[in-house]
Amino acid sequence: MSASRRTVRAYGTAVAFLAAAVLVSALVGAADLNPWATVAALLDRLPFIDLHAGLGPLDRAVLFQIRMPRIVLGALVGGLLSLAGAGYQGVFRNPLVDSGLLGASAGAGLGATVAIVYLGGIGPEAVPVAAFVGSLAGVAVAYAAGAAGGPGTATLLLAGLATGMFLTAIQTLVLQRSTQDIQQVYSWLLGSLATADWHQVVEILPYAGVSTLIVLVHGRHLDVLSVGDEEARTLGMSPGRVRLLVVAACALAAATAVAVSGLIGFVGIIVPHAVRRLAGSSYRVVLPLAMLFGAGFLVLADTLARTVLAPGELPIGVVTALIGCPVFVLILRTTRSVRT
Amino acid sequence: MSALALDRVGVDLDGTPVVLDVSCAVESGGWLAVIGPNGAGKSTLLRAVAGLLPHRGTVALEGVDTRSLRARELARLVAFVPQNPVLPADMTVAEYVLLGRTPYLGYLGGPGRHDRLVADRAADRLDVARFGGRRLATLSGGERQRAVLARALAQEPRLLLLDEPTSALDIGHQQQVLDLVDELRHAQGLTVVTTLHDLTTAGQYADRLVLLDAGRVGASGAAPEVLTAALISQVYSARVQVTSDDRGRPVVTPLRGPEHNAGAS
Repeated sequence: MSASRRTVRAYGTAVAFLAAAVLVSALVGAADLNPWATVAALLDRLPFIDLHAGLGPLDRAVLFQIRMPRIVLGALVGGLLSLAGAGYQGVFRNPLVDSGLLGASAGAGLGATVAIVYLGGIGPEAVPVAAFVGSLAGVAVAYAAGAAGGPGTATLLLAGLATGMFLTAIQTLVLQRSTQDIQQVYSWLLGSLATADWHQVVEILPYAGVSTLIVLVHGRHLDVLSVGDEEARTLGMSPGRVRLLVVAACALAAATAVAVSGLIGFVGIIVPHAVRRLAGSSYRVVLPLAMLFGAGFLVLADTLARTVLAPGELPIGVVTALIGCPVFVLILRTTRSVRT
Repeated sequence: MSALALDRVGVDLDGTPVVLDVSCAVESGGWLAVIGPNGAGKSTLLRAVAGLLPHRGTVALEGVDTRSLRARELARLVAFVPQNPVLPADMTVAEYVLLGRTPYLGYLGGPGRHDRLVADRAADRLDVARFGGRRLATLSGGERQRAVLARALAQEPRLLLLDEPTSALDIGHQQQVLDLVDELRHAQGLTVVTTLHDLTTAGQYADRLVLLDAGRVGASGAAPEVLTAALISQVYSARVQVTSDDRGRPVVTPLRGPEHNAGAS
């Protein structure tokens, strides 16, 4: 009874947080938009609502062609990264793993670096594709290496660590041999949503949709998995199959996000953690809530990234790291005090 | 037909035979205790019956070979409580008990009203319903064991497998848990198989004992037939005295060896 009320309240908070983040981000920037007219113009786009906004054509263009695609893309990226982080945390029964786990970030970094250094002739489209493929390949290699070492999550985590270090070493080597590309590679590695447009949003929607659906469907299975593989088996579940499906879907979600945004860390750790504090530990609730809060969090982080040094921009990965690191340390301290 | 029948069951761990040619049977509603020294294969045997380890020979539940059952079908018939169950610290007792309904849920489905009803009844039965909202990390040893039993009961099993259910409990809580299990098997017709360390306790609660000695059945039968001083001293290399309680059940008392009296002249 009180648990379900808590869940309803958590969903309400999440939706309000996301809406507030979108609104703040839509209003903040070089062009001064009238707040009421902006709200009206945004509401007008919702189904069954017809409002006369009164925004001029230039302001409309700023809102709908510059700010909104970036906000929507940021929300998608934040939602996917948080979902992937929460999903991995369920699979590995460890609240401290992130969406970049299992060679996902390192693979994406290598893919993007190779594309920038060697495939410049194809055009800028090669970078997100290479990052996407690199991220998935990193996870696949880590998973295969971990599976060869026997069942269990610890082996898999260690295999991911080794794979990540190996891929990063190759990436460093590639970069060291072509120093003229360093700035471009680094600006990609540190993450940015500066080039966001509606085309990118549409392009990632199918991947985002499929991965989200698969992960959300497994919330209950992750709850069962939290009692350990052996007891999960005596409850009639197949831990290996669930783990493979959820890891694959989380890898797809993270790779999709990375392809359009570069490497953005910590979102996948701190958002699910905050959600657990708010709504309990059941993955049936944590997964969808992590998506909503992650979306709002990244929209706000991106707003900071593009305003703090305006007209210049901070890399968004730096913003999330500056917020995420202290929060991460806080999590370590509180988790330890719970365990003892 | 026996609720559980083992026929020449053997189990290997890492290529080493740990359980060899074990045959025994339990009637429906019976309580079988598997006893034996450390490393005799008690837990391994129990885990094989639970479907967690591959085995030779046959394990039959009400005449059906467990190998012909899918994992979900087996989980509806057999509930297994390991010696050290994993209790997710932040999960509430109510959520945990509800996990027992897993074998009844479709892949995409969630627990329905009937599942919640069964879980609530199990929680009531084990007196954990009143702290259903508490986190598992906050429970005492006795409360944890009751929560785990409630989860097992929510599976609505025919056979309850308990691996050393009392090893973490003091003598009072040991008796409470075993009394409860006894009550459940009488009220619900559950068949119970436990491994038990304490021989007197095993004799008091189980109606049949199987003594494992290096993976083989060293003796089996009612408590007075198995719990003899000669057999125990032979299998356990222990010095014991076996007496009877007022209901004729054996009481096994350990005896210490020769005393080295340093103060004597």
